[in-house]
Amino acid sequence: MATLLDTLSWVLLTLGGISVLIGGIGALRMPDLYTRMHAASVTDSMGAILVLIGIMLQAGWSLATIKLVAILLFLLLTSPTSSNALASAALLAGTRPFAETRQDGKAPE
Amino acid sequence: MELLGLYHYWVFAILLMIGFYAVVAKRNLIKKLIGLSLFQAAVFLLYITMGKVDDGTAPIFPEAGAVVFSNPLPQVLILTAIVVGISTTALGLGIVVRIKEEYGTIEEHEIQEIDER
Amino acid sequence: MIVIFGIFLLTLLVITAIAIVRTDNLFVAVMLMGIASLLIAANFFLLDAADVALTEAAVGAGISTVLFLGALALTSERERSKSSNRLLSFTVVAAAALILIYATFDKPRFGDPEAPAQTHVAPWYLEKTPEYIGIPNVVTAVLGSFRGYDTLGEVFVVFTAGIGVLFLLGGGKPAGTLPPEQENEGLRHHLIPRVVGRVLIPFILLFGLYVQFHGEYGPGGGFQAGAIFAAAIILYALVEGEQRALSVLPESVLLGMMAFGPLLYGAVGIAGIVLGGNFLDYSVLSSDPVKGQQLGILLIEAGVGISVTGVLLAVFHAFAARGR
Repeated sequence: MATLLDTLSWVLLTLGGISVLIGGIGALRMPDLYTRMHAASVTDSMGAILVLIGIMLQAGWSLATIKLVAILLFLLLTSPTSSNALASAALLAGTRPFAETRQDGKAPE
Repeated sequence: MELLGLYHYWVFAILLMIGFYAVVAKRNLIKKLIGLSLFQAAVFLLYITMGKVDDGTAPIFPEAGAVVFSNPLPQVLILTAIVVGISTTALGLGIVVRIKEEYGTIEEHEIQEIDER
Repeated sequence: MIVIFGIFLLTLLVITAIAIVRTDNLFVAVMLMGIASLLIAANFFLLDAADVALTEAAVGAGISTVLFLGALALTSERERSKSSNRLLSFTVVAAAALILIYATFDKPRFGDPEAPAQTHVAPWYLEKTPEYIGIPNVVTAVLGSFRGYDTLGEVFVVFTAGIGVLFLLGGGKPAGTLPPEQENEGLRHHLIPRVVGRVLIPFILLFGLYVQFHGEYGPGGGFQAGAIFAAAIILYALVEGEQRALSVLPESVLLGMMAFGPLLYGAVGIAGIVLGGNFLDYSVLSSDPVKGQQLGILLIEAGVGISVTGVLLAVFHAFAARGR
């Protein structure tokens, strides 16, 4: 049971690390601000959830787990809010989305 | 193993000199203040690195058992230093804002030109 | 193993520092300073300095960013001129860096328990703290009691910086003289930050109280708690507008807090003299010397927290009010 929990936590931590890496590569490669924020949000959501649950499995049933749950709730509450505020500010400042973005969901020709 | 430890001190030296370069070579007053903050952060890193003990832990006594602790004294010193650093930064920023209001610019050479007139 | 993680963080720190110096957009530089502060805080934690990591994260990444942004709003956002004497500065800086790196080879081995720094007075403090003061956090014990005089000086430095900034920037228009439609409404028309901010602020204040009173048992203490309280009220000011934040904690209350902190600290010190001991001798505050020490540390940490909150908020309001 202990090795099962250990393996599961390692798998979750690795997947969380891969999510963070994907978010980082997306933030570099995307064409404009809004798509970059969308890519970075993968880090905030999947990355944070997977890494923190992986650490919770390592900590077991202790006070540390309760603190980690509180941290996870805080992150899930504040990261989307700050992305929203950032996007609002960018829109108000006049940053326009990437010019080749089509409105109908199809890929550009 | 020794190289791993020495790397901390090298990063201290590099960070110190990056901050110092910003203070000396940049002409914008706020950039100078940012460089000063970097300089201070490098010094903090040096002291805390010197306080680390092998297999040590934070100097907080646990419920039971004898544990090896890292040195608490540099931590006390740096705690004070961080707060003093932010105080001087706040004062420096106040002075920069007033300079901007009086001279209209925060570029050092333009301020000197205005003074010489 | 952990040290490899530390090396990764330090490399990121150097890259961020180079980026800070090279960018000419000051807004970007301030944001990168926040990242650098968090990297340094993570490094402090890896080097077993939990209190210092908490302080660096709260003060460096939180309050420092707000103050720089406040100053940037009042000055210019871009750095307009090239550096002066680049070649000369770079040569001097590189030479000094190489000399420092050469000197680091003489330092004791990293983590050596027999290094002079670890064998001089530190073992005495680690040994005597349970006996004289009886609290688990040695850093708070040294900060509050064994080296309490230095902390008194530090509280006075914070106070001096506060009144210095108020002297420089305190002459803005008094509140309430602007026509109502010009009053800064913060983010009141943006629903999501406003709702989330209102939900979070009580918890941030609660966490600040936890950090303040748990300074004796874990990482924490007056400075970190003061920064967290100030951050909560600054968040309120950003979301609801500065006028409403000033009606929650008026200027007079902030000035009172700024002055009350050092007064409380000094009063505890003089109480030591009045009750028969030395200045800042907490053992005489209660019948049991150890309980007296704990009471003394609790009182002075409260004074430090109140003072830091008052100063940081007064400085923030001074910057925010200047632009109007």
